[in-house]
Amino acid sequence: MATTTGVLQRPTSTTGLWGWITTVDHKKIGALYGVTAFIFFLIGGVEATVMRLQLHRPEFDLVSPEVFSQLFTMHALTMIFLAVMPLSAAFFNLVVPLMIGARDVAFPRLNAFSYWVFLFGAILLQSGWLLGGSPNAGWFAYAPLTGPGANPGNGMEFYLLGLAVLGVSSVAAALNFIVTIINMRAPGMTLMRMPVFIWMTLVTSFLLITAFPVITVGLIELYFDREFGMNFFNVNAGADVVLWQHLFWVFGHPEVYILILPAMGIVSEVLPTFSRKPLFGYPIIVLSGITIGFMGWAVWSHHMFTVGLGPVANSVFAITTMAIAIPTGIKIFNWIGTMWGGSIRLSTSMLYAVGFIFVFIVGGLSGVMHSIAPSDAQQQDTYFIVAHIHYVLFGGSIFAVFSGIYYWFPKATGKLLNEGIGKLNFWVTFIGFNVAFFPMHFLGMDGMPRRQPTYESNMGWDLWNMVATGGTLIIVLGVLIFLHNFFWSLRKGERAGADPWDGRTLEWSIASPPPEYNFATIPTVHGRDAFWDQKYANGHAVPQGASDDEEHEDDEGHGIHMPSPSYWPLVAAVGLAVAGYGMVFHEPGQVAGAIVAIVGAAITMVGVYAWAMEPASEPSEH
Amino acid sequence: MEHGPEHETTTGIDHRKMLIWVFLGSECMFFGSLIATYLIYYGESVSGPTPADVLDIPTTTVSTFVLLMSSFSMVMAYSNIRKGNVRNFRVWIMCTAILGATFLGFQFFEFREFAIHGHLTPRTNLFGSTFFTLTGFHGAHVTVGVVWLISLFGYSFKGDLTPQEGLSVDIAALYWHFVDIVWIVIFTAVYLIGVFGK
Repeated sequence: MATTTGVLQRPTSTTGLWGWITTVDHKKIGALYGVTAFIFFLIGGVEATVMRLQLHRPEFDLVSPEVFSQLFTMHALTMIFLAVMPLSAAFFNLVVPLMIGARDVAFPRLNAFSYWVFLFGAILLQSGWLLGGSPNAGWFAYAPLTGPGANPGNGMEFYLLGLAVLGVSSVAAALNFIVTIINMRAPGMTLMRMPVFIWMTLVTSFLLITAFPVITVGLIELYFDREFGMNFFNVNAGADVVLWQHLFWVFGHPEVYILILPAMGIVSEVLPTFSRKPLFGYPIIVLSGITIGFMGWAVWSHHMFTVGLGPVANSVFAITTMAIAIPTGIKIFNWIGTMWGGSIRLSTSMLYAVGFIFVFIVGGLSGVMHSIAPSDAQQQDTYFIVAHIHYVLFGGSIFAVFSGIYYWFPKATGKLLNEGIGKLNFWVTFIGFNVAFFPMHFLGMDGMPRRQPTYESNMGWDLWNMVATGGTLIIVLGVLIFLHNFFWSLRKGERAGADPWDGRTLEWSIASPPPEYNFATIPTVHGRDAFWDQKYANGHAVPQGASDDEEHEDDEGHGIHMPSPSYWPLVAAVGLAVAGYGMVFHEPGQVAGAIVAIVGAAITMVGVYAWAMEPASEPSEH
Repeated sequence: MEHGPEHETTTGIDHRKMLIWVFLGSECMFFGSLIATYLIYYGESVSGPTPADVLDIPTTTVSTFVLLMSSFSMVMAYSNIRKGNVRNFRVWIMCTAILGATFLGFQFFEFREFAIHGHLTPRTNLFGSTFFTLTGFHGAHVTVGVVWLISLFGYSFKGDLTPQEGLSVDIAALYWHFVDIVWIVIFTAVYLIGVFGK
């Protein structure tokens, strides 16, 4: 195995630190995504907690208004781009190949590249805290407030380059999963036999590849304005700053569904398993997911009801926004229908899934309230919106993520998370969540504006702010309980076995943790809930190991040829990070930043060339 | 199973070919947004020069023709690699790269001409910002394409490009034709409408 590519010998070790750095195994990359994203989830949580401490009573002076602006901007960016999206990506990586009966993703090295670019993009975005100031203009970064002159310093550059680099990661990963899902399904797994999680991954991936280029163009235009004195958002030159808002929200609303569709996919797997019933209304759930994906493109201007687009535009976007509640409602009824009459086991995973439905309905209803344009004019920029977004993003996406963690942790590690601590974790988090965010509905209705560093005591907002801060601290406790459960279970957790939940999909048909090659024999699929059918063919249980598809498993996977590890995805990603920093610190009229950017681009090019030259997998030794 | 999963796919389409198609879909959104920005700002500049002042239709018609012909030579290169005629493949792929480089040369001198004699830079007005950004990003895509074509030319000497490996050429060709088609849209939206639009 002495094949050299260029100057470096190809890595062969799959263990130790280098094993992780050069890995192309989708399960390891999923673990890297999950752990990294959870660390950023904690950072975003610290940012939120500092804000809530600042607001716990009127005219409190914990942080300055300047820092507060950076905190709410970075909290949103961290939670959206560095926590929820990569946590979803962690599940895509871990689960998708297992569920469709594949040995890896279509492009294992591209997958590693996606992870490294995500990591470096995340560091780039966060490093403003240490390098002279973070972005401070909200996650939407409206021009001209973010234009040259209006927002000095490098804070916005961290935003522009950070999101651009993260976009590369997301698009690369999405391309990979689209090809994987369409092209690597096990024999017999037709599209309408795919688990709903796979469907939602597919829809999300299409949203990613179509939405991110739009924001990328916006980022480029704003960057050119700031660094090269161009005029895209220069009103004096005739520009229309609403263009930024359109470019941002044309991306920004599909992004909302990028955050929630994977969550819907997770609960669509968890609910049937713990109800011991097939998913109710599978085809209509799939079609609703696709419909949401399409309609997500037709509602962006509901973020702009108060901009003054006129009654026709506002009416059209109000109606499309109301209409999107229909497929969402259909899904909710079908989930409830799945539980109806089932033999329900309230495991922690199931609790989180049911909790998801409960709070997502609350968030969905306040969402429909915003769709009424005149009503939205009253709610715009108040805490009512903050309440809504946290009910759908925290109560929605994050609850589903926790449900997924409790559900698939045994598959990934071979250990069960402790159910007792888990239930405590759920109830503390659930109660803390509602105590923190439900009062924000009242605050918003009472007119408390969001994104303000403090408030006066005679406004009648004191009580609910204090309650919300108390709720935040309860959430912190809930997350700490989860961390305790995670580390405790990793060491002392009960051994899971291949199929701890009596699962329905193919990932439960193989060992926990799965062998590197996943499936010794690629399974053949005869219907939905492929593994369930295998176990309970003709209505009676088939003993483990007795079905056709497991006959060859004593093969132990010898002769299965897996992709070899590689350095080059990491090298290409490092180049992007170097280029990103060069562009952040570019100063008009100076060449130093440009030189660093070019060096970075050159490193990426070396990485890409070496990557293209080396074969995906080295010839086997035997 | 010995050759890995890439030889057996659900749809029968190679992974890499599907990847490039989906990637080009993503690129449509990228150029779509740039072209939309240009069109939204068309005629909105508060100061000159305007498109009609600087754009030179005869010259750009020539460079457009050059780029269109490069798509033809790309097809010839692909056809030859499929037939196993590596020598003719090299001729045609080099021809494609040279035509692409010629287009880039036209663009370079066009930009220089605008800056020096037309008094139009990316900072001058809205038209300058939108024009240079849109055509500049297209030019960057052509540059990537030229480097890709020259790389394929180089690979053919390493013996890596067999008729079975025609797929690598096929994928580069799809990218190349896509960049070509984008130019047709840009030529229409920017140049023809800009000069004859009113």
